[in-house]
This record gives sequence, C-alpha cells and structure tokens, in this order.
Amino acid sequence: MTAPRTQPAGLSKWVVTLPPTVFLLAFFLLPALIVVLAGFRETGEFGGLAPVDSVAALSLDAYRFLLGDVIYLEIFARSFLVATLTTLICIVLAYPLAWLIARSPRQRRDFLVLLVILPFASNFLVRIYAWIMLLGPANLLYTPFAVIVGMVYAHLPFMVLPLYTNLEKHDPALLEAAQDLGADAWTRFWRVTFPLSLPGIFSGSALVFIPVLGMFAVPELLGGTGDILIGNLIKEQFLENRDWPLGSALSIMLTACVLALAGLAAWAAKRGLHGTEAVT
Amino acid sequence: MALLEIRNLTRRFGTLEAVKDVSLFIEAGEFFTLLGPSGCGKTTILRMIAGFDAPDAGEILLDGVSLAGVPPERRPLHTVFQSYALFPHMTVAGNIAFPLEMAGKSALEIRRRVGETLALVHLEDKAASFPHELSGGQKQRVALARGLVNQPRLLLLDEPLGALDAKLRVEMQIELIALQREVGITFIFVTHSQQEALALSHRIAVMRDGRVEQCDEPDQLYTQPANRFVADFIGKINLIEVEVRSSSKVLLGLHATGLGEIAATDARPIAVGERGVFALRPELIRVFGHRESADLKNRFEGVVRELLYLGDVTLYKVELANGALIEALMPNAAPGRAKFHEVGDAVAVCWRHDAGVYLRN
Repeated sequence: MTAPRTQPAGLSKWVVTLPPTVFLLAFFLLPALIVVLAGFRETGEFGGLAPVDSVAALSLDAYRFLLGDVIYLEIFARSFLVATLTTLICIVLAYPLAWLIARSPRQRRDFLVLLVILPFASNFLVRIYAWIMLLGPANLLYTPFAVIVGMVYAHLPFMVLPLYTNLEKHDPALLEAAQDLGADAWTRFWRVTFPLSLPGIFSGSALVFIPVLGMFAVPELLGGTGDILIGNLIKEQFLENRDWPLGSALSIMLTACVLALAGLAAWAAKRGLHGTEAVT
Repeated sequence: MALLEIRNLTRRFGTLEAVKDVSLFIEAGEFFTLLGPSGCGKTTILRMIAGFDAPDAGEILLDGVSLAGVPPERRPLHTVFQSYALFPHMTVAGNIAFPLEMAGKSALEIRRRVGETLALVHLEDKAASFPHELSGGQKQRVALARGLVNQPRLLLLDEPLGALDAKLRVEMQIELIALQREVGITFIFVTHSQQEALALSHRIAVMRDGRVEQCDEPDQLYTQPANRFVADFIGKINLIEVEVRSSSKVLLGLHATGLGEIAATDARPIAVGERGVFALRPELIRVFGHRESADLKNRFEGVVRELLYLGDVTLYKVELANGALIEALMPNAAPGRAKFHEVGDAVAVCWRHDAGVYLRN
C-alpha cells in the first residue's frame, strides 16, 4: 500500500534534485579537481600547462616554490590581516545599524533592509571607482587605508543582513527580565543581547571574511603596489604570468586555510555558545 | 503600614483609560491576586509596579516610599513572566544565579543560594540543563526560583500558570501555595482564572475596565459579591431580576415577575420598590421531586430541561413558571444512585431564605 505511494515521491525527488546536482558536479566539482591536479603539473612552453604523459610527470614543484619564498607567506599573512580587520570593522559598524532596524516599527523594517541592499543595484566596479574619486583628492588613494575602506564598504551589507535577521528574533521579554532582575543597560547588552547574537555575528563574519580573502578588484583599484593580496597573486599567475601550476597551488592553499579556519570557528562556536555562561 | 500602597493610580493609552483611579493596600506576606478578564488593566498595574510603565496619575509606595522615577533594575522586586523569559543561553543554575550576580554577591554565596533555591523547587538534578531541555512545568519552576533567589520584597507573577496544561496547573497551584508560605515573600499574582484566584489567594481584587470592582477574601467574594459583575465573574450563579416588596430588619421580601415572592435576607436598610437582582449559587439550590415536601421557604415548581452528569455532581437546568432557566447543582452522594431526576421531570427547586444575595443595580 505504501510502496506505490512513495515511488512517485522518490522519483520526483530525483527529478527535482538532479539538475542542480549535475550542474554542481559539472561546473564546480570538476573544475575544482582540475585545479587540484593543475597544482601538481608543470608549466607549458608558452605558459598554461604542459601535457601530462605519465604519473611521473606530476611534481610538487609549484608547492616547493611557494613555500621556498617568504614573500608568499607575507602576502598570505597580509591577506588574513586585511580580512580580519575588515570583518572586525564590519561587526562594529553593522551591529548598531542591524539593531536599529530590528528595533524599528515592523512596517518600516523591510524598507530599511532594502536601503541596505540598494547599492547592489549599481555595478560593483562603478562603486569602487566612486571611492577613487572620493579618496583621491584627500590623498588617501593607493594606501592600505583605502583598501580597508573599500573592503568594508563592499562587504558591510553581508554583515548587516545576518545580524538583523538574528536580532529581530530576540524576545524583548528577555531584556525586560534582565532589567527586572537588576541588570543595567550595559549589562543587559553584554549578558543577553550580545551572546544571543553570536550566531548572527558568526555567519556575518563568514560572509565577509572569506570573500575578502579572495578579493582582487579592491586592492588593485584602491591599493598601492605594496597592498597586493592573495587574490591579486592568483589572478596574476593565471592571466599575466600564465603560471597555472603556481596559481592553482595558491588557490588550493587559500581554500585549505579557509576550510581549516571555518572548522576551527565552528568548533569554538559550539563550545563557546554553551560553555561560557554556565555557572556551577 | 502596608508593604505596598497604590494610590489613585491612573494610566491612559491614547484615549483608552486602561487603569482608572485604582487604590490598593498589600500587606507583607500576603498572597494578593489581581483578577479580571483580559483588557481589564491588571497587567498594566503589574507593569507599573515593576517599573516598565509609568502611571499618568497617582503613585505606588513601597514601605511608604514612592517608587516614582526608580528604574525597574533598582526596584527590590522581581517578576515571573508569563512566557517565563528564561535566558536560553544560560543553564538553569546560570539563570538562577543571574539576579545574585547583578546584586554583586560573592561567588561563594551565589553557589550556596542557587543550590538552596534549586532544592526549594525540586530541580537539583537540572542545574546544568539548558531551558530548551526542560518541560513546561520545570521552566515554570526555574522562573519562580530566579524570581525568589534574591529574596525580593515582592514577587510579581504575570499569569505564570497560563501556559501549563490543566493537571499540571493544579499541581503547580498547590506547590505555589506551599512555596509562598515557606519563603514568606509577598506575592502579587495576576490571572484571568477565577478558580486559580480563589484557590491561591489571601485576598483578591476583582477588576473590570480599569477599575477595582471588589477587593476581598476569596470566600467573601464568593458568598457576598458586591455587584452583578463580581457575582457573575466568580463561579456559576443564577441571576434573577427582582423588585423589593418588603424590608424589615434583616428580612427582605422580593418579587420576581411571573415567579412570585422570594424570601431573602439583607442587613442593609433597603427602600421598598427598589429594583435589583437576586443572585443564587447553583449548589445552594435543592431539586426535589414534584410531590416531595421540603421545609424550605423558597419553593418554585418547574420542569427539568437539561441535565449534565458530571460524576460527583449533576447540573440540572430547570425551567420555571416564568420561562427562565435556573441552574441547580446536586451532589450525587447517595449510594447506588447516580442522579435523582430525568429530563422532562416535574420538580420543585427550593432554597433557604439566606442562600442568595440581593444586589442593587
């Protein structure tokens, strides 16, 4: 009785999920594997990749080169620094904004959220060029400061939205309860609102930190020669130097770092969210 | 001096007067209840006592000192919220420790008091649990423990049993009475359930439309309601429109149209010809067979129209000569007999002359 009933459901489940699965396999997993493989191949005579005739043709040259030069480590470190700084500034700027939207009358919230995402309606490069015009006369263009400004500007909405979504769900009775039990405004924020908003901060941070690491347009347009980040380096290998194995190795290193960091953050979040407040 | 004094309290929301000139005294150690239908202003009064709302007129005095301008976090009273409002990111122990931490108690004292309070509400084994791991009744106990742990002068309870199922609610009522007696803290309890109010309170203020209709002990409210609203709101009652025919000392002669004379008692001097309502509890009415004789002053013939067998008691709806239905509640205490009359039986409803109360319009 139940078997014929579940059969079409199982079939339709496949029909629905098959196209995206095929798409992701073909255009995400496969290219990713190609990049992984490319990292172990040699550069061709005129750039790109040399043909592979046997497994013996694969080598660790690209990685050896990468780890052999301290400049790459420096660029990695600088990229992580810029990403961290951008994320922190985004948290500080987005928090009051998200809180204000979450606390405004219900019918006005959607409009305010719309204002936050409205800049996306115009082209990203146009908006970065606007910063060139703003920072140029102030003599701040082509500095690390300009890079941070551009990065924060480009990624702020990605911090505001998850934070707002989180803060909006907070039960106002919790703050009243805290106040009733003797907590002043400062304590109410740090003991109730902030810990409960950590999931929002975490997802916002992931949405800001990871794209900033790979971003090449902002440092290229707003930064100086000393401000290049991993993103620029990878782009350079593929488009200008035509050293695909090195570009691939850099990409893999970046992905590995991000995954390791994300894993670490998830582990810390799981422990921190339950552990810190317990009083025994 | 009363622990809490409310003087001529008024609160308006736009054109709506939510609380109108309310004055109350609440004594130390009392279990005081604000009872009324939703929208009667009881929660607004509670929020003004807690400090979340400010009165437009009047004042609230604690130990004779006005609370005006004192923010909620500085008032020596705690609230148990209807939704419990437990901090979801803190353990049970963390929640209960919170008010102690806010009061700046030492770690040693916090640990001791949290332990004691957990024992008081029988949740010793749940100290390390998070609120989402608890049942409704357990959350309720944590909310109570958190409100009591720092020994406030007053504990305000905003319909705290509203979210529990019927059986658990009765259990919690019994626990609440015992708890209040044990800790000796003054409780101000808000509810719309008259049964809950009668069961728990030392005194009850019955509210309607922002006013206190009557403030008295539960049995006084039940047997001597001050007016039609209180009589109707608390328990089941029969209301019969009457005109006063005679009044001599304590005896009152009433006349109900199409029914006849009703003998009642009232110590107040009442003018002959006055119109009012005679209120009579169903359990004070006896239903006899048509031919049975009863030595009771008030006896009216009627026919059983509806019958509700409730196990321990049976509710009879009897149609009287004037077409009105009167409800009578009879205990089924006789052995071997579940009920005494059937639908359609001709019966006589009788009651003592001092069974009901006359209420002026």
